[in-house]
Amino acid sequence: MKISYYPGCTLKLKAKNLELAALASLQALGIDVEEMDRWNCCGAVYSLTDDDLIHHIGPVRNLVRAKERGADKLVTLCSMCYNTLARANQLMRKDATKRDTINRFMDDEIDYAGEVDVIHFLTLLDEQVGWDAIKKKVKKPLTGLKVAPYYGCTLQRPQAVGIEPMGSFSLMTKLLETIGATVVPFYSADKCCGSYQVLNVEAGENEAAANVINAAASAGIEALATSCPLCEYNLGKQQDQFMAKGKITASVPTFYFTQLLAMALGVDPEACHFELNDKKAVQLLEAKKFQVAA
Amino acid sequence: MTLPINAQNVSIVSIEKINKLSGENVKLCMQCGTCTASCPMADEMDFYPRKVMHMSQFGLLSEMEDINTYWKCASCHSCSVRCPRGIDIAKVMEALRQLVLRTSKNYIEPSEMPAEQIRELPQIAMVAGFRKLTS
Repeated sequence: MKISYYPGCTLKLKAKNLELAALASLQALGIDVEEMDRWNCCGAVYSLTDDDLIHHIGPVRNLVRAKERGADKLVTLCSMCYNTLARANQLMRKDATKRDTINRFMDDEIDYAGEVDVIHFLTLLDEQVGWDAIKKKVKKPLTGLKVAPYYGCTLQRPQAVGIEPMGSFSLMTKLLETIGATVVPFYSADKCCGSYQVLNVEAGENEAAANVINAAASAGIEALATSCPLCEYNLGKQQDQFMAKGKITASVPTFYFTQLLAMALGVDPEACHFELNDKKAVQLLEAKKFQVAA
Repeated sequence: MTLPINAQNVSIVSIEKINKLSGENVKLCMQCGTCTASCPMADEMDFYPRKVMHMSQFGLLSEMEDINTYWKCASCHSCSVRCPRGIDIAKVMEALRQLVLRTSKNYIEPSEMPAEQIRELPQIAMVAGFRKLTS
């Protein structure tokens, strides 16, 4: 089976810590995943208007590339890329009329009908590696770290592309348990962080994100694990401003789940790039006596 | 707002526009309000999603012109997955946005965004935000 890896724009720029920690983890686990030699923007959001097919061209072209290279699966890390690519894939599988129009429009490409499976990195860990195999490779368990999975919107909604059923956060929960962390139940794990609305509000005024942080703090959660660079920005990087405006009373640092995995697998801390997280994230790890620098 | 259902108030053309763009049928809505209860943005909205669905059933596009409801929607799909009538409400909100954006109006002006914010934002925030909020 061939698995292609689609990184997406943010992982090469603002969210290098999500990608580099994931790649280091895969190396530690002995899994070989090849980055696509050519990829383009997924569009970040799936087009929701019925007459708008042009915005499906971006994600579908990536799927065509994966098919061309003989990939069976396309794995993504960024939740928004996952959602957009998976929904475009579903459209190409289910809507024959739109599929034909899109294929005819891209007459420079081979025809595509949803042959490639779009999967998220968490599914890859679950299906291709397995939690027992990961557990055997854990060198520095995250004992004593009270963490909760934060899925946000795009990993689970709409249900047809969700990595697991609504209201269930078992994949990331299993991962966090496997690496030795204490997983705290979190009932706001699929509440929206405000997403791109951050462009539409003043700094520190994103109520949706502040609500999630407050809910996490009151549940006794010390850190949130996410797979979305926009969630990480809205939740993790705005906390000083929320605090200044009195929207939150306690901070709850955010990490990419790949950083926590890499750390537990004993990867060189430099490869986790904690310097790209908010400083409170590093302070928490130091307070817990975890190694954050080589 | 009291609004009698008659030919003057109901715009069949507008209802058809919303239905065609969204691919949904707003008339299926039974006004239960589950969308409002599920919406993380409801508190910041001029009109709750339930009311906007009701106005859409009448095709009241000009009355919805200046409200922020569909601009505050973050397409998180919380309403869509819970609607007992199976309406993809996120698509209705998108249709309402598009009806404005397709007249070459922007809801936010990218050129007015502070340089510092642009430097800090993850790329997906801008790609997604510009696609949703600019024409």
